[in-house]
Amino acid sequence: MTAITASVTVTRHRRWRRVLTMGMTGAVIAIYLALVGIVPTFEARSLISGVLAVGESFVLGTFIVIGYLAARYFDGRPALAVTAGAGAGAITGAALSLLILIGPAVNLRSIFLNASDSLYAVLTLGRGTEFFWIPLLGGAVVGALGGAMRTLPLPIQKSIAAGLLSLVALGLFANLLRTPLLASPFASIGRLLFTSEGLTLFGAAVTLSTSLGAGIGGAIGARQGSRRWGMVTGLALGAVGSLLIGVIAADNAPSGLSRTDAAALGGVLGGLVGIPLGGLLGGGIARWIRALRLDRRYDALPTNARRAVRAIPMIPLLVVVLILPFSFGQIFAQVIVFVAIYILMGLGLNITLGLAGLLDLGFVAFFAVGAYTVSLLTSTSEFGLADFSWWLAVPFAVGVAFLFGAFLGLPILGIRGDYLAIATLGFGEIIRILSVSDLLRPWLGGPQGITGVPKPFTVAPGDPLSGPNQIYYIALVCAGVIAFIAYRLRDSRIGRAWVAIREDEDVAEAIGINLVQTKLLAYALGAAFAGLGGAVFAGLIGATFPTDINLLVSINVAALIIVGGMGSIPGVVVGAIVLIGLPELFREFQEYRYLFYGAALIGLMRFRPEGLFPSRSVERELHVEENVEPAGAPVGAWVAQLEAEREGEIEPDTPYSEPPAKETR
Amino acid sequence: MALLEARGATKRFGGLIAVNGLDFSMESGSIVSVIGPNGAGKTTFFNCIAGFYRIDEGTITFDGQPIHGLPPDKIAHLGISRTYQNIRLFANMTTMENVLVGLHHHMHAGWIAAVLRTPGTMREERAADEEARRLLRYVGLRGKGDFQAGKLAYGDQRRLEVARALANKPRLLLLDEPTAGMNPAETTDMTALIRRLRDELGLTILLIEHEMRVVMGISERITVLDYGEKIAEGTPAEIRSNARVIEAYLGRGSAAEAAVEAAAAETAAEAADETASAEATTPEPVPVESDVDDDNNGSAKTVA
Repeated sequence: MTAITASVTVTRHRRWRRVLTMGMTGAVIAIYLALVGIVPTFEARSLISGVLAVGESFVLGTFIVIGYLAARYFDGRPALAVTAGAGAGAITGAALSLLILIGPAVNLRSIFLNASDSLYAVLTLGRGTEFFWIPLLGGAVVGALGGAMRTLPLPIQKSIAAGLLSLVALGLFANLLRTPLLASPFASIGRLLFTSEGLTLFGAAVTLSTSLGAGIGGAIGARQGSRRWGMVTGLALGAVGSLLIGVIAADNAPSGLSRTDAAALGGVLGGLVGIPLGGLLGGGIARWIRALRLDRRYDALPTNARRAVRAIPMIPLLVVVLILPFSFGQIFAQVIVFVAIYILMGLGLNITLGLAGLLDLGFVAFFAVGAYTVSLLTSTSEFGLADFSWWLAVPFAVGVAFLFGAFLGLPILGIRGDYLAIATLGFGEIIRILSVSDLLRPWLGGPQGITGVPKPFTVAPGDPLSGPNQIYYIALVCAGVIAFIAYRLRDSRIGRAWVAIREDEDVAEAIGINLVQTKLLAYALGAAFAGLGGAVFAGLIGATFPTDINLLVSINVAALIIVGGMGSIPGVVVGAIVLIGLPELFREFQEYRYLFYGAALIGLMRFRPEGLFPSRSVERELHVEENVEPAGAPVGAWVAQLEAEREGEIEPDTPYSEPPAKETR
Repeated sequence: MALLEARGATKRFGGLIAVNGLDFSMESGSIVSVIGPNGAGKTTFFNCIAGFYRIDEGTITFDGQPIHGLPPDKIAHLGISRTYQNIRLFANMTTMENVLVGLHHHMHAGWIAAVLRTPGTMREERAADEEARRLLRYVGLRGKGDFQAGKLAYGDQRRLEVARALANKPRLLLLDEPTAGMNPAETTDMTALIRRLRDELGLTILLIEHEMRVVMGISERITVLDYGEKIAEGTPAEIRSNARVIEAYLGRGSAAEAAVEAAAAETAAEAADETASAEATTPEPVPVESDVDDDNNGSAKTVA
């Protein structure tokens, strides 16, 4: 008995020690965020206007995460979990308190430029250093909340996390989202939800009500028999209810209460009413839908019709994509053009690296070939060779890049793995240096590049298709076409040969795959896609400059493939959006965005090494099995023969463990 | 006539002679085993036939045509398929795709046809699907076509390697330790499968094998290698009682004893059987190369 008690005490000691470690980890993170300047720098930028700034949210986020993680050592014991969360949060906060106490005394600022009064002001909520205990207390309270979150059912935890993350995302992109809203018929709602920087309290209420609607609605719906429908209707009614009642409350704000405050209160009320209603409604809808037997009707449809049904949700997405540059403005359109160009290059490298496994770190070379070919053929400047239109030049650019790919592939055919990466790195650098060199200056313009590339469409300045908009649509169409080609290639005999080479080059060759042809085709097609990217880029900029041709482009393309998921075509799109699009949108965060970028890459590779959107293998056997099963296949005969052989000559006493074929049908 | 014939085939790695002046021939439609202690040069010989290595001297002919010096893909086109001692599937592809890759050489769609999905391409793909399913059924992998190859059970992986090799429609099949690491039941199934490949499909089969029950059970002829040289050749019964073979497996002392005692031949063969199966169940760490290095203790013949 005493032994048992002792062992329990020991494990409990160990758990508390882990909580302590977690608190210390949090302390290091919090101090780092503070001293590196993230907290004070982003104090001016608010997430929820007038309530929460980006700088503070970093600290609060640390408290919540640390509290949550500390609480997981006490799963199933709510009181202890909350205490553990509070403890770890308090340790994290204590570190910040210590910083406030010690920092001014030892003149920390002479080492850490950011250990300034403004930092201490943020950490004490503007009250001054005598209120040094505020982070300690705040850490304990917020950490306890994080720990309490851990005690909730998992779907609700998820919905809270999603809500908090959406708060951050919406707050950061508030201005971007507000612009199209203000231009739309819903301008007044837009003004209630967003300020020029950050959400309003009402916006925050609607966001949380929406995400919690999914979680709580799902929980209620689960009791009614359908979690999925509970989630859908809970989310919908949570959002609509909170939005609607909030707007009504704002319009009928009682005296003494401001319009925005009334909206916020209304939003909370709407959420409280809408979410349970949604959850209950979800159960009803689920029963009704089940009565309709939609799934059976769907299964009964022919393949093409099924595909059409699945495409329906894509239609709104397509509409959004088509009107995007008009509602979000040209800067946003330009960012998406960049993303699309990287998608083109990514799809190209996805063939060489993702499918065929040939690591090419000089991929920018083919981008350069495409861009310079278009520039040379179309430019109105002295370097122009032929006054082609952009459209006429593009096929040439793709063709020249294709040939270049094959040509550069030749000398590196026999090189594998790491050595290949270094060799291709050399190619990229050769092309870059050639493009700025004096040697080719009479033809390529040296550092000045080639300007005067005409736009694909000549339009009047005020036309909707002026500026980057026309390239936006061209780039989207190009990306779509290339993605289609990439899909078809991947699912073909050639695509399988590429993957076989990636998996095991020697075996692939021994099976009868011609390595020379297959590898060269991978290089050439990859290069052609990148060449198209270069051609679009030249059309966007109206010029080609050697500064755009650098190693970083090659590395970005390789990184986006790895982040998206090797060999996955949707992964390329996701990777390009995440790695190229998001950093462009976070430009206001200056040099810090590369810090986050790096941290995100490390975190992703640590916790999701297969990428954000890993490729799925295509199911080929089971889909067709039922249709083409030939009657009276010789399988049965074989089994009989095997049995005979087994009983006859070879080891009659060995147990018949696993029959080679379980054909019972 | 001989389907596969090697004359004076020699393969050197630096000073080490892995295969030394090997004369070998096998008839069409036969099942022949190559056995020998670890490091005897069996897998090296396979690699020379399949075109992974180029022999330094001598000739290897397949169906009267010299194949030494051809690249592996050309040799595969001629109708030689192989499996590997350590399983080498395309682990991240599905079972079905592995077999489809095996059919590569028998399909013809180029990349443009693949992008356009021309009627010819579609026909070819459907036929290939059909053929791949048939092959999976044949080796007993029906219903496992959409599994990731690397996640199949061990015995299934070996079967899949055979199916992939069969997809090339070979005339000669090289099997490198097809039952290595298998339990007795799996071994029995694999043995039956190998025999069926010959009886039903008319394949000629050359196999390297350590499991003496398999070797003695299905081989029509056996070639024994030691230190890269052929030390014996004959029917299973002949090999079983060959003094040099026993010596190669058990060392000189036991061979002397074996020569004295009347029943020794039988006992030694049993012992050889046991040592060999012990080796077979523990996969060698560096499988392909291991045939030519280590455990020869410097007694490997070196060119000065």
